[in-house]
Amino acid sequence: MRVTLFIPCFIDSLYPGVGVAIVRILERLGHEVDYPEAQICCGQPPFNSGYWDEARVIAERQLAVFRDAEVVVSASGSCGAMFKVFYGELFQDRPEQAEAKALAEKTFEFSEFLVNKLGVRDVGARFEGKVTFHDGCHGLRELGTKAAPRELLRAVKGLELVEMGEAESCCGFGGMFAVKFPQISTAMAEVKCNSIIDTGVEYVVSNDSSCLMQIQGYMNRHSPRVIKSLHLAEVLAQQ
Amino acid sequence: MSETALPPGAQFQTDADRTTADEPRRAAVRKALGNYKSARGKTENAFTSWQHAREAAAEIKYEGVNHLDRYLREFEEKFTARGGKVHWASNGAQAREYILNLAREKGVKSIVKSKAMTGEEIHLNPALEKEGYEVIESDLGELIQQLMHEPPYHFVFPCMHLKREEIGELFERELGAARTNNPEELTMIARRFLRRHFANADMGISGGNFIVAETGMISITENEGNARLTAGLPKVHVALVGIEKIVPKLSDLALLLPMLATAGTGQHLTGYNSMYGGPRQPGENDGPEEFHVVLLDNHRTRLLADAEQRDALHCIRCGACLNVCPIFKNIGGHAYGTTYQGPIGSVITPHFRGLQDWKHLSGASSLCGACTEACPVKIDIHHHLLQNRRNAVAEKKVWWERLIWAGYVWMMKRQWAYLMATRLAPLGQKLHPLVLGTALDPLRSWTATRDFPDAAPQSFHDWWSGRKAARK
Repeated sequence: MRVTLFIPCFIDSLYPGVGVAIVRILERLGHEVDYPEAQICCGQPPFNSGYWDEARVIAERQLAVFRDAEVVVSASGSCGAMFKVFYGELFQDRPEQAEAKALAEKTFEFSEFLVNKLGVRDVGARFEGKVTFHDGCHGLRELGTKAAPRELLRAVKGLELVEMGEAESCCGFGGMFAVKFPQISTAMAEVKCNSIIDTGVEYVVSNDSSCLMQIQGYMNRHSPRVIKSLHLAEVLAQQ
Repeated sequence: MSETALPPGAQFQTDADRTTADEPRRAAVRKALGNYKSARGKTENAFTSWQHAREAAAEIKYEGVNHLDRYLREFEEKFTARGGKVHWASNGAQAREYILNLAREKGVKSIVKSKAMTGEEIHLNPALEKEGYEVIESDLGELIQQLMHEPPYHFVFPCMHLKREEIGELFERELGAARTNNPEELTMIARRFLRRHFANADMGISGGNFIVAETGMISITENEGNARLTAGLPKVHVALVGIEKIVPKLSDLALLLPMLATAGTGQHLTGYNSMYGGPRQPGENDGPEEFHVVLLDNHRTRLLADAEQRDALHCIRCGACLNVCPIFKNIGGHAYGTTYQGPIGSVITPHFRGLQDWKHLSGASSLCGACTEACPVKIDIHHHLLQNRRNAVAEKKVWWERLIWAGYVWMMKRQWAYLMATRLAPLGQKLHPLVLGTALDPLRSWTATRDFPDAAPQSFHDWWSGRKAARK
């Protein structure tokens, strides 16, 4: 299958390894990977801030960039939700509505794509370590992704998956929320990180790098021991 | 906390600074809500399908809210036929005036009140007390909050933030009771205190959980029996009820009452479920001589006029969205500065009290959606927060935000500028330690409590184009 990658802007500049890992996994599975180089941000920051006109300008560009793609795989559940859910709201009753719907239908969050579109659970990965999985809220509640990442992790040789208490509770990132209300965001990170620390794991894995930026950012300052955050793809790429 | 010197947005930031720094209080709230999810989960499983039940409940509320004109009149007709009186109040002032006039007319001295968030909403107690009436809250949690001189912390669990030691101390101080931290003894102290007031009161005031059009009845659901005494003993009763509480049929409660109990507290059914159809009828040996229902609008019709967010009127005030909300759990109920705390309060308060003054509550959300998932009547709570943000911007843009997003659009439309920024970022970050944590740090609000990741020396974009070039 010809798979078109959507690498959100912050993954592009802060976590390029996530994109590289996704390319390696998909190619290893025998798929042709494409990355339209004209892609930019999905527009979620202005959208979440209430600046929908500004978000629409960006979203229109993305609609054009991914117009010819057969399937689009997003490296982030949150930015994937932007394509799958929020473009629909942004372009409701507008000429672009049909195109937004088409993009929504062919877009998949990475783990959903592997498990539910390709039917793959074991990608042939090996990873030694004790791991807990954090559900990014947009992936979990906007897209309904819950089982897929866990099924993929359970198939990894050498990996022990431990569930944390309240795995579904938010890490407190929330985009601009994290800087507009840093005290609330940090308090939420504290609760989340304590749940992670209590599991005794060495790694926290998620399908959303934005959550991991928050979790790792807080852990670095406050965790009594080193816990490393990894995107699901970075685990699955290891052999 | 509703009387504030600062504008509500600034007050919220200050209060959130204070409450998020109070870890013992946050831990107490976490503990109080610790069993909520598992208790609720067990009760949910008693439904054949909780998800279908949610859909059915939403349909009932949709029918009621979208035909208020018809069902409220039907209620009025049936209720007045049994001698009840119905007063339509457009706003808080009209409702207060009606109740005050009634109290004057009937020569009332002492009033007992069962839990009514509508009373909080229109500041009924201060208005009555100002006129010299004694008002006693009879719900245990509400009584505690009244003695604390604090508004409810949570609209279902008014004093959930307090530890039993604090309540023991309060009862000793305010009621002259012997000091105890034993919950049963504390309850007995409150009971003895309240029984006296129930016996003396000339007026009872309650809220209402549902208004049933078909039978012309008010449904009140409670766990302590205090609402029954409030409605049953005094000569005059007033139920102050929001117009959105209407449901078409009595049989609708067969679904809504268990759902309210499940979502609210994880109970199968609340302890006491009463239906009130008017004053004491000939031949009956208890009940009030007069029963008044005040139907309160107070900007609910403003929310009704918003087709996008109208479903927020479906709310049955179960409090589930607060119980699962990580914002609520960390900042607590008082920081909101609103009658209705938590996610649903953040949605409706801007409609009730002004969007520009209360838009910050819609911003103070990570949009995690736990509220929407928990809502028994399927209100699209977290998407309404997004719509409030959008509406606030459409009404009035903030100059610096406008500048930021204009800059962002400028850069994203010119990909060379975006790529340049990603290439310059690692260099910029080398200079970051020079200003880290100072007023000059552009990332200060992040870096004060968290590390910021290093920008990668090579972006994914550049890695990809390099690889493509090498393959050619």
